[in-house]
Amino acid sequence: MPEVLKAPLVVEFPFTRSLGPVQSAFLTGLRERVVLGVRTGDGRVLVPPVEYDPVTAEEIRDLVEVAPTGTVTTWAWNHAPRRGQPLTTPFAWALVRLDGADTALLHALDAPGPDAVRTGMRVRVRWAAERTGAITDIACFEPYDGARREPSGHTGVFEDPVTGIVAAARLDYTYSPGRAQTAYIDALSGRRTVGERCPACRKVYVPPRGACPTCGVATSDQVEVGPRGTVTTFCIVNIKAKNLDIEVPYVYAHIALDGADLPLHGRIGGIPYDEVRMGLRVEPVWTEGARYPDHYRPTGEPDADYDTYKELL
Amino acid sequence: MSKEPVAVVGIGQTKHVAARRDVSIAGLVREAARRALDDAALTWADIDAVVIGKAPDFFEGVMMPELYLADALGAVGKPMLRVHTAGSVGGSTALVAANLVAAGVHGTVLTLAFEKQSESNAMWGLSLPIPFQQPLLAGAGGFFAPHIRAYMRRSGAPETIGALVAYKDRRNALKNPYAHLHEHDITLEKVMASPMLWDPVRYSETCPSSDGACAMILTDRTGAARAPRPPAWMLGGAMRSEPTLFAGKDFVSPQAGRDCAADVYRQAGITDPRREIDGAEIYVPFSWYEPMWLENLGFADEGEGWKLTEAGVTELDGDLPVNMSGGVLSTNPIGASGMIRFAEAALQVRGQAGEHQVEGARRVLGHAYGGGSQFFSMWLVGDRPPDS
Ligand SMILES: [Zn+2]
Repeated sequence: MPEVLKAPLVVEFPFTRSLGPVQSAFLTGLRERVVLGVRTGDGRVLVPPVEYDPVTAEEIRDLVEVAPTGTVTTWAWNHAPRRGQPLTTPFAWALVRLDGADTALLHALDAPGPDAVRTGMRVRVRWAAERTGAITDIACFEPYDGARREPSGHTGVFEDPVTGIVAAARLDYTYSPGRAQTAYIDALSGRRTVGERCPACRKVYVPPRGACPTCGVATSDQVEVGPRGTVTTFCIVNIKAKNLDIEVPYVYAHIALDGADLPLHGRIGGIPYDEVRMGLRVEPVWTEGARYPDHYRPTGEPDADYDTYKELL
Repeated sequence: MSKEPVAVVGIGQTKHVAARRDVSIAGLVREAARRALDDAALTWADIDAVVIGKAPDFFEGVMMPELYLADALGAVGKPMLRVHTAGSVGGSTALVAANLVAAGVHGTVLTLAFEKQSESNAMWGLSLPIPFQQPLLAGAGGFFAPHIRAYMRRSGAPETIGALVAYKDRRNALKNPYAHLHEHDITLEKVMASPMLWDPVRYSETCPSSDGACAMILTDRTGAARAPRPPAWMLGGAMRSEPTLFAGKDFVSPQAGRDCAADVYRQAGITDPRREIDGAEIYVPFSWYEPMWLENLGFADEGEGWKLTEAGVTELDGDLPVNMSGGVLSTNPIGASGMIRFAEAALQVRGQAGEHQVEGARRVLGHAYGGGSQFFSMWLVGDRPPDS
């Protein structure tokens, strides 16, 4: 069996977040070097704060300043920090209960090694030099032997509050299309389109997925289809897609390659867009170095009869 | 053992808009839930379980948002479930909640669905740059437009039908204070003159992107007896799925949709949906899906759905009003859109739909679909309990 293809897949997006009143105050506070919690119905102070009481479900808005000093309640050593983590050198992930709070906040603790960290140790906030209203305004925590710092009693009302943040998300995968699609992609490099036939219903799947979605059985019988096919249905695209360098208008079509039992999707060229029709006979046009046909163009054959492709829309 | 009848006693929606920058996701869902509780005259303590739904996590990039939303929905110490069936999720979420009541597992369940599309990117979330695959060539409407052309070819429908649907739904939305689009100066000419984006789909025939949430309180007979306002009763509910792509798939009238409707009608004892059902809230993200789904749902024979639209049967004052609320064409917080259909159907039989109320509506269908016609969920609600 030929080697199955693999490639990195990076999924990355800068999500925006509206903060609502409580997170807005919390993050604006960090910008101003003030740590805020929220008081619950039973008098506890939660840091980081939440919008709704975890016990009664009531809305809670009573913001309370806590101290920038606190106690480690538990921790884990991070030997190999990854991209985007608070520190580039090994550090402890620590839960820190700030003085005046009843719950602990998760953050990085800068320490020379795991031997220098223990539950119950005293720490303080190390503020970032540049602060924008984000959890990273706390650069990290650091060991602290000094006296307890009292908060100033801030009410949580700020000038120019932060109301939204951008939360960049990134996921790193290794993607493999699997055995069947690897064979399909390998065949494409020779400008051949090879699908697989279901042993039960005899339908030919292009691209193949290794199993028939209706019968639930493995497909392995390879079948070359095309290269010619029939436009079964289409639309005329009049708006430019951000990621595509194609002049509009153009025709995006479903194309049933001869011998395939469901259509592929492709662009139609070599004919004015307003002359494309259902039943048009087409063939692929390849460009050097491309994995897929660049587009499909008319073959000049007579149009296919509707009855021959009406099940293949 | 017979099933417990399920009643809808509370309904809450946010005012759907393009962007709710004033609230977090928690604040958004809270608003809808609070309104549903108020409608039912209940408190958080009266709720036994919470069932929540939304579109894929990638849309807002919050993985498992139900964990973070438990506080906002009073779910602490109670069972909380998340349902996930793409665009149909609002409908299937309500059905999962209804089944918990019908089975006697819980007496009163809060069910809710939401989407904050302004903080999301649906197009990106659905078209990840998968290695080796050909990039999608056409954008959002490019998926739907070829199926619409196939319907036009198959039915011989005149080209004007899509515009008629959009014109109707946008006018209906003017009577619904929660609808996103309120186009006060809408005319049929304006719809027809709007740009053709994915021919045959015009701009005005596509749905907007909305921020919004919808919540319902479902309860048993005992709960319904305490409700301050008339309940809606579930007469039938069903879900069906099929693969997104398979040889022989009928995108114009998917088998799963037909089977789902048939199951609902069987449960409700409906033999002639066109005559026995007084209105329908149908998931129509592009205007042409109204006639397509009218056929799929058995309101018209194959190829005849557009005739109901053309004859004005689906208008608010027609014989079978469709999307009295303005529909998905006027409001589309994706994850919530299905639940809005279900809730609007319930509002109608409760007589609580305000200006878009259909006089004397006794049986109304709520419908949702999603995942490229992969998932279907529907319920039929009535003004009386089943078997009465
Ligand atoms: Zn098969």
